[in-house]
Amino acid sequence: MRYNERELLSLARQPAEKAAEIRMSVPKKGSVLKKRLVKLVVNFLFYFRTDEAEPIGALLLEHCRVTKEEENVFSISFIEEPERKYCFECATEEQCQEWVEALRRASYEFLRRSLIFYRNEIQKMTGKDPLEQYGISEEARFQLGAHRQ
Amino acid sequence: MKLNERSLAFYATCDSPADNAGFLYKRGERHTAYHRRWFVLKGNMLFYFEERDSREPVGVIVLEGCNVELCDSAEGFAFAIRFGGTKSRTYVLAAESQAAMESWVKSLSRASFDYMRLVVRELEKQLQEMRWGPAGGCGDSWKPKPSGLEQPRERPPALPAILPKENGCAVWNNAPGAERPPDSSGGGGHDEEGTPRPPPLPPRRRVSDGEAASAGAAVAESPSTFCRLHEQYSREVARLRQDWQQRRRGPRP
Repeated sequence: MRYNERELLSLARQPAEKAAEIRMSVPKKGSVLKKRLVKLVVNFLFYFRTDEAEPIGALLLEHCRVTKEEENVFSISFIEEPERKYCFECATEEQCQEWVEALRRASYEFLRRSLIFYRNEIQKMTGKDPLEQYGISEEARFQLGAHRQ
Repeated sequence: MKLNERSLAFYATCDSPADNAGFLYKRGERHTAYHRRWFVLKGNMLFYFEERDSREPVGVIVLEGCNVELCDSAEGFAFAIRFGGTKSRTYVLAAESQAAMESWVKSLSRASFDYMRLVVRELEKQLQEMRWGPAGGCGDSWKPKPSGLEQPRERPPALPAILPKENGCAVWNNAPGAERPPDSSGGGGHDEEGTPRPPPLPPRRRVSDGEAASAGAAVAESPSTFCRLHEQYSREVARLRQDWQQRRRGPRP
């Protein structure tokens, strides 16, 4: 699949919501945990060799499942292939929990659901659509069950 | 750079909501010929397919940080997706009608994750202010303590007060003291419900001395607002915990 790598690399260089050196393994046979710089930017998780400026790879965090595994460990898998897990071993249990929480909120789809929820709640309380003032209430992305084509 | 392409292809073709979809002409990079492609916009990802029923996208444009502009182009109904860098490619696209062009320009301009996050934060703030007021008196015996509401400046001002179900695991089950439920079976990532109606969520973040303590200095809320919120949350946590324990015990004989 073609993609605009230059822009993705540029995104990887932006200030991260969260970044840390974490030991990580990829879902490949014989893969072992290796120390990586892991960086969360918008809905992407970039991972770098600790001394390199360019990431080895990026994970788009849509439709993923973040699972707390054993102590200090969490994994990311994608719903179409739940057995293929990217594993992350943190330094502490605390760090692990923080990453799990951050990653679960790091998808566009999660934001969308949050927005729809808040919009409904506010509408219930006030009888008014809070998005109207921004002129975006008809936008497809803010609709419950947005139109499919 | 590796990308989780299989998951991307799945995301492109699954039935999660598309923010826009339709045929557009895409100008080639080297040759200026236009190719008609089926475009699907989901979130900040613009996928394009050879045909409408193709099983996999030909490519994707990550839209984060882009600008969308109209073009004067002989093609008519043309617009461009531009990025900031000097060597960045500009994607020139053309719609088949004025209405389609306007619809695409509108949806692409609002496609970034950053934009969505801004809107969510704004609504979240409005809802909090509605529920508990912009400022209030401080309760008794409130001890300053880092909690989920305190965030470092670069992060969202507060955890969402209410979180919908996410990734197949109902977030609100993770009340303190509650056993973590087994990760539920498939369907993670999309809502089955039409209208999410979760109960209010107390801050789940654990007390952490390191980061959160220094983050405490950057708290957006005033102490009085915070302490009122804190009390609300404690009541809800207590209630949730009670509910959970009752359900766990099961029906009394």
